[in-house]
Amino acid sequence: MAVFSRGFGGRARESTPDLPPGQFLTEDFPVLSAGPTPEIDTAEWEFTIRTETGATHRWDWDQFRALPSELVATDIHCVTRWSKLGTSWRGVSLDTLFEEVDSSYDYVMAHSYGGYTTNLPLEDLLDGKAWIAYEFDGEDLDPEHGGPARLLVPHLYFWKSAKWVRGLVMMKDDEPGFWEQNGYHTYGDPWQEQRYW
Amino acid sequence: MTDWLVGTITHVRTETPTGRSLTIAVDGWPGNLAGQHLDLRLTAPDGYQAVRSYSIASVGADPSVQLAVDKIPTGEVSPYLVDDVLPGDQLEVRGPLGRWFVWTPEDTRPIQLIAGGSGIVPLVAMARAHAASGSAVPFRLLYSVRSPQDRFFADEIAALESETFRVDLVYTRSTPEGWPTPAGRVTRDVIEALTLPASDAPGVFVCGPTGFVEAVARSLVDLGHEPQNVKTERFGGS
Ligand SMILES: Cc1cc2nc3c(=O)[nH]c(=O)nc-3n(C[C@H](O)[C@H](O)[C@H](O)COP(=O)(O)OP(=O)(O)OC[C@H]3O[C@@H](n4cnc5c(N)ncnc54)[C@H](O)[C@@H]3O)c2cc1C
Repeated sequence: MAVFSRGFGGRARESTPDLPPGQFLTEDFPVLSAGPTPEIDTAEWEFTIRTETGATHRWDWDQFRALPSELVATDIHCVTRWSKLGTSWRGVSLDTLFEEVDSSYDYVMAHSYGGYTTNLPLEDLLDGKAWIAYEFDGEDLDPEHGGPARLLVPHLYFWKSAKWVRGLVMMKDDEPGFWEQNGYHTYGDPWQEQRYW
Repeated sequence: MTDWLVGTITHVRTETPTGRSLTIAVDGWPGNLAGQHLDLRLTAPDGYQAVRSYSIASVGADPSVQLAVDKIPTGEVSPYLVDDVLPGDQLEVRGPLGRWFVWTPEDTRPIQLIAGGSGIVPLVAMARAHAASGSAVPFRLLYSVRSPQDRFFADEIAALESETFRVDLVYTRSTPEGWPTPAGRVTRDVIEALTLPASDAPGVFVCGPTGFVEAVARSLVDLGHEPQNVKTERFGGS
């Protein structure tokens, strides 16, 4: 049973069915990262997927941009409690990137330039649920927000959508990534409020 | 995950024209490391709830925590905490949270702290932990505020200054009389002049509004600091 806070009326009572529990709406696009924003030149950028056999699928920037892309309109939810509804992105579906990838492992570790990692079940990346995004609102993705390209997994808290992503490594077991080792939930479903462990 | 704990406000103190520190006795608080934060929950009479994160200025096993809040005039929670809450009032907290933006005495690197505005809160906890541990590693704080009266914890910070803890202030809007440099932002040049050099390989903790943290972190990397030595905490806003 919650205690009441004397004199607190609250303001943001708009109840939106699109808003997960404990979240509030923001019009800005706040930034959350663990350290400085890395600057990555697209001439040096690459994206890889590595499997248990050591096979590595590799795309440089031009090869990546030549892949079919999708426009994604979606809501995003940050564990620091802001949500932004109806954001618009362009990116390459992970279904496209995984077409030639053969793995029997069920988990993935996403790795970023700058050393960030985050873990996800493979099934959360497939079937139209995740992208490598390179445009936000019709513009190139700002470095602050993960440019040149970031993972976009909008059905999970946004720390799972690794900024500055550079590759995925298949894992047999679900091992914690960066924030997951530092107190955040291993899966991170905003609708279940899986914020911390 | 730990449950919500009931907190009772025991002390409030005006720190700045827009900010206040709050001391909250929390039944069952397990103690916290320097740099951690908590979630704070307010409940209105009709059951409506609002939750925000606040860094913890206090450190150690004490069952009461100290916070400091700067008012965002259009905000929902911060005006209540700065203008309305009184000793005896109750709210709820959950934590401590975060295991990344923390300093413990086992860390023997020189440490540079860089704060903008209320971003001082977790860094004060680190300075307090450093003093309490008797650690001899050099600590240095660069604290950016709008004007002299906008300093949080002004007296405590002055009292913590020592052989191993040096404090430099930067005023962005107005300076005290006779201050040697004009008011201005924390630029790359300011950082170069007033912080530990990259060649010392210090651990650097940067905290404040998002725009401040972005600009400072970029300058640090430009000045040769290894990105993995720079830890940041962004409070939001610009
Ligand atoms: C880990 C963490 C630790 C924090 N520690 C502290 C702390 O020690 N002291 C403190 O005062 N605040 C701290 N904050 C910020 C705090 O959580 C709230 O965001 C802030 O108090 C505003 O809440 P509000 O309900 O008044 O405003 P809201 O109603 O949530 O927001 C109103 C508007 O203000 C913007 N906004 C939110 N935060 C800021 C900001 N900091 N500056 C400018 N604009 C902003 C929002 O984007 C929104 O548009 C911390 C945030 C995080 C994530």
